[in-house]
Amino acid sequence: MKLHIDSKACQGHGRCYDLAPELFGDDDEGYGQVLGDGIVPPEKEHDARRAVANCPEHAIELLEES
Amino acid sequence: MTVDDRFTRDREERDEEFGTRNEIVTGPVADWATDFSHFEPEWSADPYVIQDDLRQRCPIAHTDRFGGGWLPVRYDDVAAIAYDTDNFSSRSIIMGNFRPPVDIAPIGGSPPISSDPPFHHDARKLLLPAFTRKNVSRLEPGTRAFCHALIDSFEGRDVVDAAHDYAQHIPMRVIADMLGFPPEDGPKFRQFVENTLEGINLPPEERIEKMEALFDYLLDQVHDHLSNPREDLTTYLINAELYGHKLQAEHVTGTMALLLIAGIDTTWSAIGSSLWHLAQAPADRDQLAAEPGLLPTAMEEFLRAFAPVTMARLVKHDMAWRGVDMKADDWILLSFPAANRDPGQFDRAGEVVIDREANRHAAFGLGIHRCVGSHLARMELRVALEVWLERIPQFSLADPAAVKWSAGQIRGPRALPLRIA
Repeated sequence: MKLHIDSKACQGHGRCYDLAPELFGDDDEGYGQVLGDGIVPPEKEHDARRAVANCPEHAIELLEES
Repeated sequence: MTVDDRFTRDREERDEEFGTRNEIVTGPVADWATDFSHFEPEWSADPYVIQDDLRQRCPIAHTDRFGGGWLPVRYDDVAAIAYDTDNFSSRSIIMGNFRPPVDIAPIGGSPPISSDPPFHHDARKLLLPAFTRKNVSRLEPGTRAFCHALIDSFEGRDVVDAAHDYAQHIPMRVIADMLGFPPEDGPKFRQFVENTLEGINLPPEERIEKMEALFDYLLDQVHDHLSNPREDLTTYLINAELYGHKLQAEHVTGTMALLLIAGIDTTWSAIGSSLWHLAQAPADRDQLAAEPGLLPTAMEEFLRAFAPVTMARLVKHDMAWRGVDMKADDWILLSFPAANRDPGQFDRAGEVVIDREANRHAAFGLGIHRCVGSHLARMELRVALEVWLERIPQFSLADPAAVKWSAGQIRGPRALPLRIA
């Protein structure tokens, strides 16, 4: 699974980097960023889904890797 | 040293002198679907029963008060308006009896909350770095020590007013510190907040006079910072540049007013509402006192269920919108609290579920106007509740009838007597 943030939709609420700090960080203006290559290790999948489900802007996608 | 002539007093012209005013209508509401008012006592006491009823029978209510306005109560409608800056302007975000002149857009009186695109983006960008989670975390130790000092002062008392003696002081101290204002000016801030947000139905002359007192105070602070610059947001705004020029005086003082007003009432309300809930929900209270690690999740639920902030917009032009005929300059009362309790969006929407896993609440707004201070507010709310629960794990409402809620667009307890021993 791979995480993606739609930077046009992200408004910097910061729910993702609050809930899953090992998967998300923030930039100098507080907008969310996917850390590293965005690949979610199996043990972090729950955190990833929780971040997706708590983003008020629906800006995060969890994609099946092709 | 050269004098900064942007801030001479005779140059300040407040926009309250222009714009349009309508007849002030107060008194009992006949039907909330056709005559709503967020300044009547039933709304302050419990807006949720009103909003739940409207959601069933009339999802977009109307009023002729305040010169005409609309109240959507479904999540989808609130979100659509928050995202639609083409049809809805933030030229004024306080629904009252005064509309600022159209040409105040896209800047507005207190940028960036009062700004529309494209100016909004640039004015907001100036503020974002100061309010990132990382930067506000530096204020956490001081905030925690301050919360402990407030609770130390309760020594020997069985009953304290958690709104008056605790919640209000925390954001006042934090924002005074960020802006570089004297911490002992807290009582003045409280007056400014009440005048701005709750003084909507006062006669115009009185309202203008009260707003002038706020801007006189802010100009005093600007002058103090000009002669004695220091590391704070006021000095930052005085020196900040946009499009190659320093900000206009009205932009500097308007943003200072925004940070002062918006930073206080809102967080005060969130802390108070959370304690109000816990005072009546011993199971939630005991669980959080025993497991502080649950607090960040519980806190999001308090923000959903008791979202303090309702915004407003002005309709830009006549249009049919989702079944109603909106006219240019109609108000929209943009109720994030109503959106947060829409059963179409949230399971068990009317209940407080402190371990709610998925919580896409809109307490800090949606879209480009997401509360710039949300990370600061969350830090203050978390620390205020952590310290309270650590020091006072057992508490209850001392007198439910004595709880008083604010009127208008920011909702929270203003009197909250709690029995703490």
